[in-house]
Amino acid sequence: MIELDHVTRRYGETAVIDDLSLRIEGGELFVLVGPSGSGKSTLLRTINRLISIDDGAIRIDGRDVREVPVASLRRGIGYAIQSVGLFPHRTVAENIATVPRLLGWPAARIRARVDELIAMLQLDGENVLDRYPHALSGGQQQRVGVARALAAEPAIMLMDEPFGALDPLTRDALQSSIQAIHAQTGTTIVFVTHDMDEALRLGERIGLMESGRLLQVGTPLELLRDPACERVRAFVGGENPGLRELSVRRVRSVLRDGEASSAPAVDADATLQQALATMLEHGSDVLRVRDAKGTTLGVLHLTDLLARKP
Amino acid sequence: MSTRTDLPLALLSAVGLLAATTGTFLEVAPNRLLSGSALALWHVPPAMGGWVVLALWCWGLACSLLATKRGLSIACALLVGLPLLAGAGAHRLLADAAVHTTRIQLGAGFWIMWLAAALLLLDRLRGARRVVQLAIWTGVVVAFVVAGWSGAFADLALVREYAAQRDVFATALRIHLLLTLGTLGLALAIGLPLGWIAWRRRRAGNGILGVLSLVQTVPSIALFALLIGPLAWLAQHMPSLQALGFGGTGAAPAVIALCLYALLPVVRYTLAGLDGVPRDAVEAARGMGMTRWQVLARVQWPLAWPVLLAGLRIVSVQAIGMVAVAALIGAGGLGRFVFLGVGQGAIDMVLLGTLAIIALALLADLVFQAALMLTERRG
Repeated sequence: MIELDHVTRRYGETAVIDDLSLRIEGGELFVLVGPSGSGKSTLLRTINRLISIDDGAIRIDGRDVREVPVASLRRGIGYAIQSVGLFPHRTVAENIATVPRLLGWPAARIRARVDELIAMLQLDGENVLDRYPHALSGGQQQRVGVARALAAEPAIMLMDEPFGALDPLTRDALQSSIQAIHAQTGTTIVFVTHDMDEALRLGERIGLMESGRLLQVGTPLELLRDPACERVRAFVGGENPGLRELSVRRVRSVLRDGEASSAPAVDADATLQQALATMLEHGSDVLRVRDAKGTTLGVLHLTDLLARKP
Repeated sequence: MSTRTDLPLALLSAVGLLAATTGTFLEVAPNRLLSGSALALWHVPPAMGGWVVLALWCWGLACSLLATKRGLSIACALLVGLPLLAGAGAHRLLADAAVHTTRIQLGAGFWIMWLAAALLLLDRLRGARRVVQLAIWTGVVVAFVVAGWSGAFADLALVREYAAQRDVFATALRIHLLLTLGTLGLALAIGLPLGWIAWRRRRAGNGILGVLSLVQTVPSIALFALLIGPLAWLAQHMPSLQALGFGGTGAAPAVIALCLYALLPVVRYTLAGLDGVPRDAVEAARGMGMTRWQVLARVQWPLAWPVLLAGLRIVSVQAIGMVAVAALIGAGGLGRFVFLGVGQGAIDMVLLGTLAIIALALLADLVFQAALMLTERRG
C-alpha cells in the first residue's frame, strides 16, 4: 500500500505537485494519466525518492519513505522508464541481474531468476542473454528493461511511460505482457502514461492529473460514465466517449444464454469494441461467445451493446 | 575498371624515383664529427640493390597508371629493404675503408625514400580493418628488431654511435620512460578527479579548463625556468624533500611541468567521456538503488573509459615528445643525446636521440591502438 499524504513539490514558485493525497492499494495496477507537464512523472519519482518532496509525507505499508536508506528503498522498488536505460556495456543477462547483484544474491539464484524472467517476458527462444542491448529491437529492449525492474521480486513497480516510444503492435504486445505479469505476481504497479487508451486498457483504477492535482480517481468505467468535471470528460471521453466505453467493457459482462452456431465467434475476454468490430466485419447482429478453449458460453446481440450494464 | 590514376601512389613513387636518382643514399665521413662525401644509390654496393629499388619505384609508378589499389607490397618491401640495403652497403664500404674511424651515414635520398615508403604504407592501410593495420605495423616493427638483432645495421654510423654509448643510451631510455610514466600517472591522479568535478559543476569546469588552457600557452622551457625558483626554495626549506632528489632542476620540475601540460587533455577527455554516458543509463542505475559510487564505478566509468583511453593515446605521445626538452634542466632522458649532439656537432648522436624518441612515440601509439581495439570489441 502506498499513501501520499498532502504531498507538495515546488520548483521555485510553482508547485508541480500541489497538496496531493492518494492511496494506492497493495496489488493494484494504478495508472496515472494526464497531459505533459501535469506532474505525473514527478509524482512517480517522489515515491522512490528520485525527487524529494517539500511538504507532506509518502508512506509505503505505513512507513515513511524518508526513514528508509535511499539505496535500499530503491532496491525494493522496480523502476522502468521510457528510454529504458539499459547499460550498453553489459549483456542482457548482466543487465537483468543488476539489482539481485546489488542485493548480494548467490549466483545460482540469480541465474534461475534471470531464466524465469526471460520466459515471463517472452524473450526465451531468441538467445538474447549474452547479447548486448544495441543488438536488440526497441520492443526487446523494453522487455529487458521490464525484466530488470522485476528482477529482485519487488513488491512495488514504478513504470514511467515505458511503452511510449514503441510502435502500436509492439506496445499492444507489451501491454498484454504487463497485464499477465500483474495477474501472475500480484505486484503493485504504478504506471504513468499520457495515452488515455493505454490508461483505460491497463488501469484497475486511474488517477487523472492536471497541474499537479488529481482531477479524479476511479475505475475506467467510473471516469467514463461519471466524470467529475468538464476537463475529465474532455480527457477521458475524447471525440467518441461511447466507443471508449465499449473498449473498457468485456463481452463476458453482457453475454446471455443462447445458441447461434452459425454466427461468427468472439472471445469472452474481448472488449465490446472488438465485438462490435467483428459484427461490422461480418455484417452480423449476433455473435457466438466462446472461452479460450473454444467452448460456447452464450451469445451477444447488437442490442446488448446499448445496455448500460457495468 | 576505372581509368583514374592512383594519385597518392603516383606522387609518392615519383618522389621516391627522384630521390633514388638524384639524392644521396649514403655519406662516407672520415670520423663522427666531420661531414662526409656523398654516395648515390647506384654507387652503393651491392649494385644489384640500387637497381631493385629503382625498379620498385618504377613499378609503383606503372601501377598507379593502372588505377588499381596496389602498392602495399611495394611499400612494405621498401620500408624494410631500404635500411637493409643501407646496412649491407655500409658493411662493404667499411671493409674497403683504410681508416677505422670512418663513418657511413644515411643520406637525404635514403630518408626521403624511406619516408615516402612509410607514407605509402600509411595510405594503403587507410580504411583497412584495425586488425589488419595493427598486424602489418607489428610485422614491420618485428622485421626491424630481428634484422637489428642479427647485426644487419651494425656498420651504419647511427648504430655505431649507439654501440659506443649503449649503457648511456639504456639509462637515458629508462629515465625517459620513467619521466613519461610519472607524468601520465600524476596527470591521471589529478586530472580524473578534476574532470569529474568539472563535469558535476559546469561553472567550476569552465574555470578549470580556462586555467589549464592558459598553462598550455606557456612555452615548456619558460615553464621549466619558472619552476626552478620555487622548487629550489622548497627543497632548501624541506630537507626531507631534498633527500628524495627533489630540487629546482632534475626530474621533479620536469614531471610537474609536463603534468601541467598533460592535465588539459586528461580533464577534457574525462569530461567528454562522462558527457558521452547515456543519461538514461545513469537515471536507471540511480532508480535501481545504486549509490553514487556504484553508479560511477559500474556505469559511468566503464562507459567513459574508451573516450579517456583515446585521450591518453594523444597525451602519452605528446608527453614522450616533451620529455625530450626536460633534458635541458638536467632531467636526463633521450633529449640529452639531442642537445649534446647539437653541442658537439655530432649529427649521429642527434639522430640517435631523435629516432629513439619517435620510435617510442609510435610504439606508445601502437599500444594504445591495440588497447582501444580490445575495449571496442565489446558493446
